[in-house]
Amino acid sequence: MTQEELTIKNTTDSSENILVLDDLKVYFVLKKYGFQHAGYVHAVDGVNLHLKRGETIAIVGESGSGKTSLMRTILRLNVPTGGTVTFDGDVVNDLSPVELKAFRQKVGYVQQDPYGAMPPFMNVQTILEEPLKIAGIKDKAERRRRVIQVMDEVKMTPVEDFLTKFPHQLSGGQQQRIVIARAMILDPVLLVADEPVSMLDASVRVEILKLLRNLQATHNLAVIYITHDLATVRYFSEYIYVMYAGQIIEKAPESELIDNTAHPYTHALLAATSDPDPKNVDEMQDVPPGEPPSLVNPPQGCRFHPRCPHMMPGLCDVEVPPEFDLKNDHLVSCWLFREHEIANERS
Amino acid sequence: MTQENVISIKDLKLHFTTTKGTVQAVDGVDFDLKPTKAVVVVGESGCGKTSLAKAVLRLLPRNAGQYSGKIWLRDIETMSLSDEEYRKQIRWIKMSMVPQAAMNSLNPVLRVGEQVAEPMLVHAGVDKEAALEQAAKMFQNVGVPVDFLNRYPFELSGGMRQRVAIAMALVTAPELVILDEPTSALDVLTQANIFNLLKEIKNGLETSFILITHDISTSSELADIVAVMYAGQIVEVGESHRFFSKPRHPYSIKLMASVPRLRSRAEPDFIVGRPPSLINPPTGCRFAQRCPSRFEKCVNEPPIYRFGDDWVKCWLYEGKGEIK
Repeated sequence: MTQEELTIKNTTDSSENILVLDDLKVYFVLKKYGFQHAGYVHAVDGVNLHLKRGETIAIVGESGSGKTSLMRTILRLNVPTGGTVTFDGDVVNDLSPVELKAFRQKVGYVQQDPYGAMPPFMNVQTILEEPLKIAGIKDKAERRRRVIQVMDEVKMTPVEDFLTKFPHQLSGGQQQRIVIARAMILDPVLLVADEPVSMLDASVRVEILKLLRNLQATHNLAVIYITHDLATVRYFSEYIYVMYAGQIIEKAPESELIDNTAHPYTHALLAATSDPDPKNVDEMQDVPPGEPPSLVNPPQGCRFHPRCPHMMPGLCDVEVPPEFDLKNDHLVSCWLFREHEIANERS
Repeated sequence: MTQENVISIKDLKLHFTTTKGTVQAVDGVDFDLKPTKAVVVVGESGCGKTSLAKAVLRLLPRNAGQYSGKIWLRDIETMSLSDEEYRKQIRWIKMSMVPQAAMNSLNPVLRVGEQVAEPMLVHAGVDKEAALEQAAKMFQNVGVPVDFLNRYPFELSGGMRQRVAIAMALVTAPELVILDEPTSALDVLTQANIFNLLKEIKNGLETSFILITHDISTSSELADIVAVMYAGQIVEVGESHRFFSKPRHPYSIKLMASVPRLRSRAEPDFIVGRPPSLINPPTGCRFAQRCPSRFEKCVNEPPIYRFGDDWVKCWLYEGKGEIK
């Protein structure tokens, strides 16, 4: 191994990485008549991802692009079909149930629908105490102290007023704060937020995003923010992964991705994201027709080729594009950039 | 009266009776809409947007209490019509609606073709064959393949179902269509496609739209006029170019500042507090509690100040615009 290769290896394998996904695949078996094997849903198909301690990344994609399956696999709610999830040096795939419990205490999860994520028959205090009980904190006073502390952090004050309330007595924004408090109460190192603001009103949305950002900064949290809304990503993450049909098709630092967009699908996503601009009335939005492909039989070659305005017959519909390195940490899987070098070491 | 307007609403009120008291969901709404224009009604959830749509189309829930005011459609005053006359003359003939979560409002056990043809049978009194023919034509207009006529809703994707719901609203060629959050459950690309479709329809079929949404960013794709609703009342109406660059009402200003933007680095801001309960709304200006520029006058209900066709309901504009 040459000196150069060694340094590359050192930087990527350093213990800075809290989460590493390597060629992760998640397939779901389809059954016919309840038992006959009828193929697979290729929900996640070869995803590589690196997340450093204290870093915020966003995974952007439409529904059906596999972003929720990816997230559930990171949380080990799905078992990967292939590839590995490495968390803090441990391979999550083969954790024993006891180790899994310890792993889940280090990972917080903020659900999309706050009301659906909370048991309606428990009050706020019981909801927040639950993780502490599972983590084995037996001292009642200690549990109460931590509940009050975390409520204070998510700005649900005066705390006493809220502890005895049930989820249905809270507004949407308050419910989401409680869900965030529950995710934060065991002081995790990684927070996975699955569309945390998509069910909320526009004005509350910004409030919750700011809260998440504050928590991220004060606790040096690593955050995976999953969304379809590029406009909110801008305020939240340092690095963006764009997902389409189970694969990451472009990844770049936030401003690089938005200012120097490469992949035609990312272009379409950006074009479809409106800003409040009166000129929009007179212009049609430049978006490709059609819908994301079925993941049972994904298209050959590049999975975006049936909708792509730059499709090159004989290339895009035959061969899967590798990741081309556009420099500045910007990788894209698209044949349009074939004059660039192929990225050998994934960043 | 007011024949140049497609619709003209005066002091519309819709209250609901609940066990906790009377909810003043729509409380004195006025506005006019010129032909082939689109007005967007924006506001936070719980400010009465959907109730306004229901009040305009007289789709009242059982607990409706006071329902008063005047609505002119061209020269017909619809509030004086009986329910039977309203059903025969107005609903789906002159005015139709695409309900919220329209993709889930289709009947799961009827073929979509029949569902799109149904308004023709019920309201326009044509025979089934002609109605289906018209439905097929509508399918082409909204970009659904004609052979989907015989499919059931579950066989269609969300975007396609939304198009079917739009076809159903347009099949009787009404002059005015009310769209209640038409794209909130759809993906970004599908959403953009639906807005492209709505733009085509607005320009091609000369239909007027009332679009109800909480999403100011996408509303700009269709808006000629923006109406801002707060706590059951409209607080500002403005021509879209002016509104998006320079909103007048403090609530509109706050609302615009809360929108995250893709193409600018400006930090979005949120509105402190929550909209008031509509059971006992505050007297005076209803936004006063949350308003950064509140002053002594705000304890009294502000009048409407006019600036040409635009208007704003706020004391800050005293002496600057004409009192309506």
